[in-house]
Amino acid sequence: MNLTLRIWRQHSPEDKGAMVTYRVEDISPDMSFLEMLDVLNEELILSGEEPVAFDHDCREGICGACGVVINGQAHGPERTTACQLHMRSFKDGDTIDVEPWRAAAFPVVRDLVVDRSAFDRVIQAGGYVSVPTGSAPEAHATAVPKESADYAFEHAECIGCGACVAACPNGSAMLFTSAKINHLNVLPQGAPERETRVLNMVAAMDGQGFGGCTNTGECATACPKGIPLPSIAAMNREYLRALRKR
Amino acid sequence: MGKKAVMAGTGVVMLLFLVVHMLGNLKIFFGPENFNAYAAWLRTIGEPVLHESWYLWIQRTGLLACVVLHGVAAYQLSRRDLAARPAKYVHKQSRASYATRTMRWGGVIVGLFIVWHILDLTTLTVNPRGQAGHPYENVVADFRVWWVDVVYIVAILALGLHIRHGFWSAAQTLGAVNKRRDRALKTTATVLAAVLTAGFLVVPVAVMSGLVD
Ligand code: HEM
Ligand code: SF4
Ligand code: FES
Repeated sequence: MNLTLRIWRQHSPEDKGAMVTYRVEDISPDMSFLEMLDVLNEELILSGEEPVAFDHDCREGICGACGVVINGQAHGPERTTACQLHMRSFKDGDTIDVEPWRAAAFPVVRDLVVDRSAFDRVIQAGGYVSVPTGSAPEAHATAVPKESADYAFEHAECIGCGACVAACPNGSAMLFTSAKINHLNVLPQGAPERETRVLNMVAAMDGQGFGGCTNTGECATACPKGIPLPSIAAMNREYLRALRKR
Repeated sequence: MGKKAVMAGTGVVMLLFLVVHMLGNLKIFFGPENFNAYAAWLRTIGEPVLHESWYLWIQRTGLLACVVLHGVAAYQLSRRDLAARPAKYVHKQSRASYATRTMRWGGVIVGLFIVWHILDLTTLTVNPRGQAGHPYENVVADFRVWWVDVVYIVAILALGLHIRHGFWSAAQTLGAVNKRRDRALKTTATVLAAVLTAGFLVVPVAVMSGLVD
């Protein structure tokens, strides 16, 4: 496959940045999107240019490090991560636009790399459970209903990639935050901090400069892990419940 | 998130009012005596506990508070949302529905319409006939003017779209949505929006076609 790429290049957070056009040739349809970018970067290095900076780590869709906006869609046309997106999703001769996540809370560091530490600060505000340390607890000591376990697992699938924020017209982190809250709030282990968790994490989310949810649904469409939109309603329910209990 | 709850709560209250208002409007099909008597009865609600028209003023105060709170919260939330996404994508692709994308401007249109509507049929300031105590005749005089029809029809369509997204959005904000109920609530939003739009639209259409005169 021969492709034309238009990639966002930005030297530093202060730099204005612009789309720059590149051409890549002989791309295999079995390559992942990141491998295609690797090919481009090797050529750029050989010709003495700066390679395109992008985030990645596991390359198997589980760490959440990768993530770019491809043709206006977070992680591109398939419901998966950019590292698991294959070039067979494109056609020979295509022009592909590649941009970084756009949100006030995710400032661009360089090229396609953004600073997502705002997510870490939301997690720090309550995305944990308090347990006595020491020997490992007996596995059957705390019974978890199957339904709760499934619900927790569905939300634990969130890899914190930030596609939801990137896709949202308001740069809202409510899908991410709801995944974290619902994951822990449904479990007996998370019960002691049930109210403080939702109140503190929502406050942290608002404090990081994320927007609010207008129920547009772009987040759930973009989420590679299929966190559904009603999860935000579940968080709202937890939030209103916590306000009443406080 | 408190402000979203305010938007949702005030929105639902206004929605309840709109359902009753629409049903009341349909009484126009039973003729002038019936419609004017209904309007007169509205002023007697709560008697003898309440004095004449007191209930009406209580309701007006409540609705005004709702419109103001809803509008102020919308403005403040919109400002925050726009600030949270300062840079736009070069490659644009919007998949949001028309109703979703028009909430802000649609809301402003409905808000402006409410002002016009009150000047028209409550204070009678801009009504072509403007005779107090004769709402039937005032409504008919209104809808005989083509541009008044246009104003009402545009506003009603905007309102329908606003409710289409707003009702489900309020359910989401108040935590009423879950995976099982999602479909049912979306259908309710569509049906509610369609019924209100149709119910409000038939009145100007009936006057224009001469069915009501
Ligand atoms: C002053 C004029 C108005 C303005 C500026 C306005 C604006 C808005 C905005 C921006 C939203 C947020 C929707 C979203 O993106 O999720 C909204 C929601 C809503 N509006 Fe309005 N609106 C107005 C009048 C009305 C009226 C007259 C009604 C009554 C039918 C209404 C009912 C609703 C409902 C139920 C919601 C859902 C609340 C939520 O998002 O949780 N609005 N409005
Ligand atoms: S909710 Fe989905 S899109 Fe958002 S961070 Fe988690 S995995 Fe990524
Ligand atoms: S690199 Fe780990 S999810 Fe893509």
